[in-house]
Amino acid sequence: MTALGKPPDSPPQLSLCQSAVRQCVCVCVSVSYPPSSQSTMADTARDPPPELSDFQELQDGEDLFPEPSAPLESGPASLPAEDISTNSNGPKQDSLFDDDPEDLFAEATEEVSLDSPERDVLLSDGPSPAITPITPPCSLITPHIDMFTHCSFDEIEEEEGGDSFDMHISVSDPEKVGDGMNAYMAYKVSTKTSMSLFRSQDFSVKRRFSDFLGLHSKLASKYLHIGYIVPPAPEKSIVGMTKVKVGKEDQSSNEFVEKRRSALERYLMRTVKHPTLLKDPDVLQFLESSELPRAVSTQALSSAGILRMVNKAAEAVNKMTIKMNESDAWFEEKQQHFDNLDLQLRKLHASVESLVCHRRELSVNTALFAKSAAMLGNSEDHTALSRALSQLAEVEEKIDQLHQDQANADFYCFSELLGDYVRLITAVKGVFDHRMKTWQKWQDGQILLQKKREAEAKLQFNNKPEKLQQAKDEMRELEGKVQQGERDFELISKTIRKEVSRFEKERVKDFKTIIIKYLESLVQTQQKLIKYWDAFLPEAKAIS
Amino acid sequence: MRSVSVDLNHDASLLIDIPDALCERDKVKFTVHTKTTLSSFQKPDFSVPRQHEDFIWLHDTLVETEDYAGLIIPPVPPKPDFESPREKMHKLGEGEATMTKEEYTKMKQELEAEYLAVFKKTVQVHEVFLQRLSSHPILSKDRNFQIFLEYDQDLTVRRKNAKEMFGGFFKNMVKSADEVLISGIKEVDDFFEQEKTFLLDYYSKIKDSTAKAEKMTRSHKNIADDYIHISATLNTLSADDSTANKKHCGGYYMSSFVFLQKVEGRVASDQELKLTELLRYYMRDIQAAKDLLYRRARALVDYENSNKALDKARLKSRDIPQAEEHQKQCLQKFDKLSESGKKELTSFKGRRVVAFRKNLIEMAELEIKHAKLLRTWLAMV
Repeated sequence: MTALGKPPDSPPQLSLCQSAVRQCVCVCVSVSYPPSSQSTMADTARDPPPELSDFQELQDGEDLFPEPSAPLESGPASLPAEDISTNSNGPKQDSLFDDDPEDLFAEATEEVSLDSPERDVLLSDGPSPAITPITPPCSLITPHIDMFTHCSFDEIEEEEGGDSFDMHISVSDPEKVGDGMNAYMAYKVSTKTSMSLFRSQDFSVKRRFSDFLGLHSKLASKYLHIGYIVPPAPEKSIVGMTKVKVGKEDQSSNEFVEKRRSALERYLMRTVKHPTLLKDPDVLQFLESSELPRAVSTQALSSAGILRMVNKAAEAVNKMTIKMNESDAWFEEKQQHFDNLDLQLRKLHASVESLVCHRRELSVNTALFAKSAAMLGNSEDHTALSRALSQLAEVEEKIDQLHQDQANADFYCFSELLGDYVRLITAVKGVFDHRMKTWQKWQDGQILLQKKREAEAKLQFNNKPEKLQQAKDEMRELEGKVQQGERDFELISKTIRKEVSRFEKERVKDFKTIIIKYLESLVQTQQKLIKYWDAFLPEAKAIS
Repeated sequence: MRSVSVDLNHDASLLIDIPDALCERDKVKFTVHTKTTLSSFQKPDFSVPRQHEDFIWLHDTLVETEDYAGLIIPPVPPKPDFESPREKMHKLGEGEATMTKEEYTKMKQELEAEYLAVFKKTVQVHEVFLQRLSSHPILSKDRNFQIFLEYDQDLTVRRKNAKEMFGGFFKNMVKSADEVLISGIKEVDDFFEQEKTFLLDYYSKIKDSTAKAEKMTRSHKNIADDYIHISATLNTLSADDSTANKKHCGGYYMSSFVFLQKVEGRVASDQELKLTELLRYYMRDIQAAKDLLYRRARALVDYENSNKALDKARLKSRDIPQAEEHQKQCLQKFDKLSESGKKELTSFKGRRVVAFRKNLIEMAELEIKHAKLLRTWLAMV
């Protein structure tokens, strides 16, 4: 399948090898799903009980739902259908959306941030959370780490350099540049912003896919190992890209380009929404400067690419051998949480992919039926019935288009976003793994120090002054390293807490947005369905 | 399903229904209940148990009755087919480990509903068959029909033995020659010429439409199943989120998908019943009409042959009276078939148009109802 060209170019995550394979398997499973359900004739469902019990059945289910069943009890004609027009749907939904999240997330954030430090104090036997004001590698990262312990929703916002987040990036105008196997797609990256961080308010540059990968690679190498959740870049696809290069101007290569364009846009938005990454000079350069040095090492089959793969494999082995004594229950809990989340998201993603597949099938089948109904209408000798059948064919044709559009919504609004999150969770888990490695390094340092101490004691006992001095020097150096190791560990732990809290907040908000948008698309579909069938009804009634 | 063939069961002198049925393994036992004011029956109100094979026997005896050659014999109800839900149930059992308990329960419920739907459908299609007979002026008086309704013992003894089954097989083999025969006939009657052209063409079209409609329905069902999985996973997700964030968030969007699945499933079944079943039923009915044309064509062939035989007899000056008699009989039979056939085919068209109208209207109305319901629900979320 796409196992061909899928060494994902996201940062060397420890568990990515396995999850990449898992992801392939997941997709495989969903692709083979349709054939197995191709059983013979009538996969009949329950026949509709008379009108009354229709509503009864639904109402039973609705007892679970917080919605008033009163409007639904009356027949369709008396539903407040006239009120719920396309126009009023919008604002109504917005108001719903606005009311809830504020309460939800403020509380959630408070709880997370208030709980954890307390737990730290009560539960951890391990190293005390010594908060030393260290300037992290990148001086642009805000040094107010102690702020985190009392961090609330508002304060996180303030950290973002005083500007409220106001930025919109779009990736558009895919253009093929060059010919043959050296050809590539160039995308226009346009930024609109009022933030003071940028030189102007409205600007755009041309970028190619490897530029995005290069950006990600730089960010990953700078931030991942100190605990920042760097959004993974969209995946390479040798098969997809080759088709485009070779010049096939067909449906599937257009879809591929659109899929990629959309993925790149989401990637950039996610990256700039991260308050720390936004201020990174590489990000700024990517968005603003007209020329960008070519990121050659991102090529899959380059020596750098192969080296990456080898490293990943090595790291996967290493990860299995690290046994960390987790003294902080928060991390254990979160790790478990993300493991579960990973599982559920993959499952959800697979189900939604299956939905997309079936919806596309439905569209094809509807189109086929429409043609067949048209032929039947032609064959019918009763005039009015013939006309009605032709009308039915037309309705079904329109519905086919509707299904296609809905399938696209299923895909772009739902499936792709879930895929993004599956990869994001992998990045999160990678960050946890880095913390483990940091701990390991610190522990190794401590063990070494202990050995050196023992050696020094022995030397003292044996009275060898020159060696003793050397040993003492080495020990001092080691002590420094161990202290640094401890600080690193503390730092990464703190960063991860902040990152995870931010991530979870974003995720829950994102999910809600995704689902609401998706449900909105379904509402649009229903509107159109009503219109089409309403138009058909008089035709059916006209049969005599 | 009753709406597939309308104007049935209104004549109070003979009312038939199947109020009850039992499913034992693969065999379905129907309880055929009759209420009648006719003196030809022994009792005014009675019930008998019948199997699917009994229906086949009844149908076949009617088809083989010479006197009914000019009638459209209502199509035999198809055999109860639980294969599909059973296969799905089996697959579900195999996949149990991969889903949550809740998901599994939901899928199982869906399958049980499907099983029940197949069951209900087969009851109704058998019922409609009997009701078509009871509302037909000639067929309702058939002796075998009465036996079927009344005989309180097992009909197995009276049913086809091996020889007759072979006869049935032979009949099916010959059926493929039908089309050639029907189309090859030199038709003198405009009405039948038109009907022939129309029915042959219409049959192939409606057969195609039936198959395509079935595929559409299956896709709808697949989508409904997907919604089950999605809602189950969202449920787990929101439960996890509640634990992790110590706040209940977003259980309502899981419920949207549950609702979606219910509606999508309902759409699928409505479409099935109003559209697919309609097409399927009339496909079979048209086959029955074609059978009528075949019989008439056969009679025409016989008549033409009898003419040739008469000519030969006259030439040879031998057996002329027999030949004349034979020819007269053939002609009579042909004329009778043509007259009765014309009536049957005309009322058939009327019946078909009415049924299509009713079902298309109902389907459109149901689609609108479901879409409105879904739209209202989703807009509230």
